[in-house]
Amino acid sequence: MNCKGVIREISNYIDGELELPAKQELERHLEHCGECNLVVNQTRLTVEIFCDSKPIELPGEVKSRLHDALRRKLSERGN
Amino acid sequence: MLCATFIQLKARTEPQFGLLYPLSAPNPHRLPSTVARDDEHLLVAAAKRGDTHAFEELVNRYEAKIYRLTMNITRNREDAEDAMQDAFLKSYSHLKDFQQDSRFYTWLVRIAANEALMRLRKRRPNQFSLDEPIEGDEDLMPRELEDWGPSPEQRFAQTEMHEILSSVIDKLEPDFRVVFVLRDVEELSTEETAKALGISIPAVKSRLLRARLKLREKLNRYFRQGGTN
Repeated sequence: MNCKGVIREISNYIDGELELPAKQELERHLEHCGECNLVVNQTRLTVEIFCDSKPIELPGEVKSRLHDALRRKLSERGN
Repeated sequence: MLCATFIQLKARTEPQFGLLYPLSAPNPHRLPSTVARDDEHLLVAAAKRGDTHAFEELVNRYEAKIYRLTMNITRNREDAEDAMQDAFLKSYSHLKDFQQDSRFYTWLVRIAANEALMRLRKRRPNQFSLDEPIEGDEDLMPRELEDWGPSPEQRFAQTEMHEILSSVIDKLEPDFRVVFVLRDVEELSTEETAKALGISIPAVKSRLLRARLKLREKLNRYFRQGGTN
C-alpha cells in the first residue's frame, strides 16, 4: 500500500472497519512512513476532539419557547 | 454574526469540551448510537399511550443534543431553534408511526437533521447538494504536515478550544459537515447516517473521509507547534 492508499483508507482504519489483510498492509506502511503516521494520528485526534464535545446547554429563552410550544401541542392533543 | 453571538453566549455559560483520549486509545464510538438510556423504550411506550409527562421527559433528555445537532448543521441560531422545535413537535405528532425496533433518539435525530437540512437548503439553495457524486481522489492528499506536539488540545482553554472547533466546522462545506456531524458528533453509525440523509453508504463514507481530512488540515493551523492562526 502506498501513501495514497493509506489516505484513502484512513476513515475505515480509524473506525476499525478494514479487513485484516488491508489493515496489516496499512500498518506495515505506517511502520516506515512518518508522514502517513502523522496524518493518521492527527485525523484520529480530530475525530476524538469533536466526538468528545459536550452537548450545549440550551439558552434559557430557547428552552422556554420550546416548552411553551410543546405545551400548546400537548393541550391540543388533550382536547 | 449570529454564530459569533451564539459562541460568545455559550462561552460565558458553560465548559464546552472534555478531556481527550490519548492518540493510541481505541476509538470509542464506532457502534450505532449509544446515547439513549436503557429506559428510553419505556418512556416512548408510555408516551405512545398518551402519557404527556413521559414525552416531556424525552424532550428534557434530548433537547440539548438536538439543539447542538441543528446548530451544527445550520450554523444559524434562529434556524437551529426552529428546526429543533419542529423536530420535537413532529416527533410527537408522528409518535404513533414510530416502530420501536429502532431507537427513539436515532429516529428523532433523523427528523431533526431533515428539519435542519431543509432550512440550510433554503438559505443556500445553490451551494448544497448531498446527491452530487464526488469525483476522483486527487484532492485527498494532505498538504499541510506539521507536528502538533503532545496533547495539542490541552494548550487551549476550554472556551478557546470551543471557538476553534466552531470556527473550523463553520468553514467546512455543508454536505461534508452534515455527514461529519451525524457520524462523529452525534455518533450515528454509517448505516444510520445514510438512512437519515437518504444517501448511499459509499456516499457517507466518501464525504466522511473528506470531512475528516479537511478538518484535520484546518485544525493544523491552530495546533501546529509554535504556529499562529
